Amino acid sequence: MTAGTAVSPVEARIRAANTERAGAFVGYLPVGFPDLATSIAGAIALAEAGADVIELGLPYSDPVMDGPVIQRATQAALAGGFRLRHAFEALREITAAVDAPVLLMTYWNPVLAYGVERFADDVVAAGGAGLITPDLIPDEAAEWLAASDTHGLDRVFLAAPTSSDTRLDAAVAASRGFVYTVSTMGITGARADVDSAARTLVARLREHGATNACVGLGVSTAAQVAEILGYADGAIVGSALVAALADGGLDRLTDVARDLASGTAVLPAGR
Amino acid sequence: MSTTDASTRYSQPGPYFGAYGGRYVPEPLVAALDELSAAWEHAKTDPVFQTELADLHRNYTGRPSPLTEVARFAAHAGEARIFLKREDLNHTGSHKINNVLGQALLTRRVGKRRVIAETGAGQHGVATATAAALFGLDCTIYMGEIDTERQALNVARMRLLGAEVVAVKAGSRTLKDAINEAMRDWVTNVATTNYVFGTVAGPHPFPAMVRDLQRIIGDEARAQLLERTGSLPDAVCACVGGGSNAIGIFTAFLDDPGVALYGFEAAGEGVDTPRHAATIGKGRPGVLHGARSYLLQDEDGQTQESHSISAGLDYPGVGPEHAFLADAGRATYRAVTDAAAMEALRLLSRTEGIIPAIESAHALAGALELGRELGPSATILINLSGRGDKDMVTAGEWFDLIDRDAAQS
Repeated sequence: MTAGTAVSPVEARIRAANTERAGAFVGYLPVGFPDLATSIAGAIALAEAGADVIELGLPYSDPVMDGPVIQRATQAALAGGFRLRHAFEALREITAAVDAPVLLMTYWNPVLAYGVERFADDVVAAGGAGLITPDLIPDEAAEWLAASDTHGLDRVFLAAPTSSDTRLDAAVAASRGFVYTVSTMGITGARADVDSAARTLVARLREHGATNACVGLGVSTAAQVAEILGYADGAIVGSALVAALADGGLDRLTDVARDLASGTAVLPAGR
Repeated sequence: MSTTDASTRYSQPGPYFGAYGGRYVPEPLVAALDELSAAWEHAKTDPVFQTELADLHRNYTGRPSPLTEVARFAAHAGEARIFLKREDLNHTGSHKINNVLGQALLTRRVGKRRVIAETGAGQHGVATATAAALFGLDCTIYMGEIDTERQALNVARMRLLGAEVVAVKAGSRTLKDAINEAMRDWVTNVATTNYVFGTVAGPHPFPAMVRDLQRIIGDEARAQLLERTGSLPDAVCACVGGGSNAIGIFTAFLDDPGVALYGFEAAGEGVDTPRHAATIGKGRPGVLHGARSYLLQDEDGQTQESHSISAGLDYPGVGPEHAFLADAGRATYRAVTDAAAMEALRLLSRTEGIIPAIESAHALAGALELGRELGPSATILINLSGRGDKDMVTAGEWFDLIDRDAAQS
């Protein structure tokens, strides 16, 4: 398939969610927590509970964008023997079981160490849709831009409230699937209020041509999902799902995911 | 002209040093890095800034630091002539203050009221807390929990200076995790906070800015040695953890083709054991803490834990300019074991009455071997980057110098 002309499966799924409902619910879980089999079952349960897109986190030794909940989970996965090949195993099993497209969320060094081309090959072979790269900005991404084009993979870059107009242009131009809209200045973790900065940033991204802007960081309740989908195309939840899996296993994860997905049911006024 | 060729070949402005460097950071930090880059580009040629900094160097730090010839020590190094650049005599006891004063001035210029920093042994943390006290800035220092236990006196020192010290409990609970936590703080508080980074690693502009602020070491030493001996040294030696004292003394000599540059990494218990910090010697290129450089990592790209008896060299990464100088063949990197460094520490103490930091003792040990290779006609310049007061517990245990009854009473 030729990238650029083909419609990205992530983009198509988010568009469909915006036609049928208020928007998309994007859910994150790390591979290997609390163990490989449960993490795979967890991602499948998450999709079955209503997540439109799955973000599968790749545990990394130095996760500078992550708050305590995700740090604890990914460090436990590493201590439990997580290896890169487990991410591809998980990706293969999850994509075989669910329709929701699956993105790998990974810090950059594991991809570099594996080889960018080889990594892209193996993501495609395992049925993955692409990568979210929290510590790779488009300025440093030449090799990944080329590899993702050749392999027809999505690539999600971040936009922040502090990003200049020039940088928003670059993020929109480089991203395929969606633009990861950082709701607030900070790291992952549940917050009582999702910053009003997110609303402003989504509006700015639209001015710069973004068709899919999903908001993440601090989102943990169905009410927040509904509020975000009033102005954005998707709401991203991570820590709240990881905490549910850690505290109450697959049952608790399913309950929390269903509740979060209910936040997509409400069509906002005027839509 | 060969000098011009050399300068374009080896002097790199950043963000890239050959294939290394860059800015591998989350997007929320980019605006702050851009702001810092612009502020530094302006400050480094601004006479007002340079005058302020020069005044602090002279009247606060005590620069220029002396150049000391150490003949009794050199007798053990093949009779080469050896000179020490005495950064140990700076206020706060190491070269770290050179960088910190510059970045504190810059913090004031960008209108921020709070500084954060990482620290391993505590030297950079103490220097940052010192500058924060001097400039009236709020200060938070991130330090791995293990290091807060190993360096309890430095924790007390920072608190006395008014800093908040946060013991980082994540990951390996050492310097690398302190940097992660400081970056998380910065992402969250970037509107009010400047990150005073301690070495020539990290994302641009830190490798270039810290290099520019530390090059005063080599600039002074080069002039002092020319005045003293009428010629340039045959070799310049420095220890390398992140690499700021080494870059600080190397930079002045990059365009002197006759001057060999040697960086000494920590071999810990041996480079053939898993317990070392020889990043250039045993690592592979990768990305850590915002820059591409050599890195101790496993085949999956997970950062490996380093080991050194010296907390200041106990880091699995290294500054990108060192990676470039190593690949280009301009500088040579060797590794020195814990045991060899401790022997050199004792030798300098007993022959010259100077107790060096264990970090700096790696450069001394490397120079002892180098002197024997180069012979009596050679002149060797060593950056004595810090003093050993902070290391007395470690040295006391290593050499069994502490009377247990006395220590308990």
